[in-house]
Amino acid sequence: MTETTSESLAEFRVRVREWFAAHVDLTGGSAESLEGVDAARRFQSALFDAGLAGLTWPEEYGGQGLTQAHQLAFNEEAEPYVVPTMPLLIGLGMCAPTLQEVGSQEQRDRHLARMLRGDEVWCQLFSEPGAGSDVAGLRTRAVQDGSDWVVNGQKVWTSGAHYSDYGLLLARTNPDVPKHLGLTMFVVDMRAPGVTIRPLRQITGGANFNEVFFDDVHVPGDAVVGEVGRGWQAAVTTLMNERVSIGAGGGGLGRRLGGGEYAALADLARRRDATADPVLRQSLASVFVEERLLELLSSRMREDAKAGRTPGPQGSVAKLAGAQLAKHAAEVGLEVLGTAAWTDDDADAERWTTSLLGAPGNAIAGGTPEIMKNILGERVLGLPREPAVDRDVPFRELRVGGGTS
Amino acid sequence: MTVTSVADDLRASVRGFLTDTAAEPEVRRIADSPSGFDAALWGRLSGELGLTGLVVPEEFGGSGAGFAELGVVLEEMGRVLLPSPFLSTVVLGAGALLLSGDASAQAAHLPGIASGELRVTVGGVVGTPRCEAVTGSRGWLIDGTAEGVIDGATADLLLVFASCEGGTSLFAVPADAAGLSRTPLRTLDLTRRQARVGLHATPATLIGSAGDGDRIAAALLDRARAAQAAEQLGGAQRVLEMAVEYARTRYQFGRAIGSFQAIKHRCADMLIDVERMRVAAAAALAAVDAGAPDLPVAARVASSFCGDAYFAAAAANIQVHGGIGFTWEHPAHLYYRRAKSAQLLFGSPAEQREELMTILEAGRD
Repeated sequence: MTETTSESLAEFRVRVREWFAAHVDLTGGSAESLEGVDAARRFQSALFDAGLAGLTWPEEYGGQGLTQAHQLAFNEEAEPYVVPTMPLLIGLGMCAPTLQEVGSQEQRDRHLARMLRGDEVWCQLFSEPGAGSDVAGLRTRAVQDGSDWVVNGQKVWTSGAHYSDYGLLLARTNPDVPKHLGLTMFVVDMRAPGVTIRPLRQITGGANFNEVFFDDVHVPGDAVVGEVGRGWQAAVTTLMNERVSIGAGGGGLGRRLGGGEYAALADLARRRDATADPVLRQSLASVFVEERLLELLSSRMREDAKAGRTPGPQGSVAKLAGAQLAKHAAEVGLEVLGTAAWTDDDADAERWTTSLLGAPGNAIAGGTPEIMKNILGERVLGLPREPAVDRDVPFRELRVGGGTS
Repeated sequence: MTVTSVADDLRASVRGFLTDTAAEPEVRRIADSPSGFDAALWGRLSGELGLTGLVVPEEFGGSGAGFAELGVVLEEMGRVLLPSPFLSTVVLGAGALLLSGDASAQAAHLPGIASGELRVTVGGVVGTPRCEAVTGSRGWLIDGTAEGVIDGATADLLLVFASCEGGTSLFAVPADAAGLSRTPLRTLDLTRRQARVGLHATPATLIGSAGDGDRIAAALLDRARAAQAAEQLGGAQRVLEMAVEYARTRYQFGRAIGSFQAIKHRCADMLIDVERMRVAAAAALAAVDAGAPDLPVAARVASSFCGDAYFAAAAANIQVHGGIGFTWEHPAHLYYRRAKSAQLLFGSPAEQREELMTILEAGRD
């Protein structure tokens, strides 16, 4: 992009601001639905054409090769808008960085620019019914057949599988070695014969999650990401990017998701004449404090990123505190409402019950509080790990999920 | 030099000094002594390190630094539970004088604070003053009682909020004033003394203008809460370190107890709170330095959260230590005592949350 080589950060910021102003019609809505995906693709391709997609990605993959400071400036300019790219975040925030770090040159050339334009939507196929927090205990098998691999098994909690073009699949290629050593990562075509996608209805009533079944699905040999038997290392790359992605609020594009809880509750309490109740005032103030602390943590993380400092534990803390805040706020919301029964036209009840029902999923997705606290305890505080009964045992001798492997 | 590296240097120098001079046995010795502080150590803190003059303007012999720097010092003092009239003299005493805008009182007392020769405290900053001041031919005379005055028995100068005809006002009373009685109180916190101060027709000097007391007290309380949040952070960080150290080295059932999730998660919860205390305290201190209109909010956010979180951490630390944790010999109880006392010192978290709601609601109009 020769026209931008001499562009200052301030000029860049103006360009972003003007682009958003000119493309307001592409913003708004972020539903994880088929219509939502179309909106996301339209937005992303316009962004790409304007030279504003993949700001920190290398230019060879269609990115702009700019700095983290540019990304932060972009995020700040995007703040007033609802950016509809939620359905692309798994691909752009997790799958693409994995391909960049451990994928083959051919995989990068084939997919990265298309992902960046919104032409390809990706999902991540790690979790299984028997492998949740212990994802390395997964049982989906990939068996070599000539130059191909044949995949059989079941994945679960797969966000966006129903609208994805490709997925990053983690499968077991060797059950005779300890669990972490027998895994391989693949790129799979989500429309390949033998792939069956079934929506899972969540407690919110929505269905963004899926079960994905693999029945004799043929995957070509060049679809291996990284090396055979080194799928765990590749998966760790993906998961680390997931935390970065969540910590930064989805690349800065989802920061407002948990925001404004106090303001919404205070507004509700005023409209329902509940602001004089001293017990409720304590709850409202607590929500305000929790929310303020979360904002302060986020801005500390942004400052650290700007200054190039190694990220501290604030990301994990923010995830845990954010989940806690969402649940607490929803509980206070229902307390203000005073009832859990409502008429069709009661938007307040709709909003707070949806929050309440979304809260448990919020806390569990992307690492349960228990797993997050293990990580904080072990990696940050240096506490010893639990004695592992599975570390040196061949996978086929392990008990996994509700049965055996 | 960047702001961060200045703070890092200050932290290193204060920590080094306190490591040498305020190890646990020394802290206990000072806390048990009749005065509850160590005059020689105070002399070094003010003279050698210049800490008592940190936020005193240069024209009065101080170094004119801000609360961001003061917070670093308080955090380090809170870490070791240094028994010292620093909070009372520097945060409350110097703070009240600076907020009063009374140039002659500042000129009279701030240089002494900066040099370490004058220890000052403030009475009646929390709640409605229970002192009354009247003026007559003998000047101002005060009657009443100030409860729970921090370091009230040993301060050289007491600043007291009292009500008079013009409203609440701030007065200065020297320690040797007539009719002044000081009764040391038993304190839950063994490392911070408090006293009941009685005034019986005690001569006093008005500081600032009559009726300005409510404004000074409110602003002083915000500063005190921000400052104490830093102290609370230091203490919470220390009890977290103690708990983690013990959990790594104490073996039961053939394993380090920190490998059990029940203990590991307790420690992680403490870390989560400490990280939040850190940003809360920093924001409140920054609001003081910026003179931000948001200070009353930032101070209450920090103080209510840090008060609860420090006490929870201090209690969790005892729990992680088990039997040894509730012995007199182990330092865990010193932090437990400080944490509860600090939580209530400048208004309880519940009171501050209630005030927060009032401020937030008023901000909408």
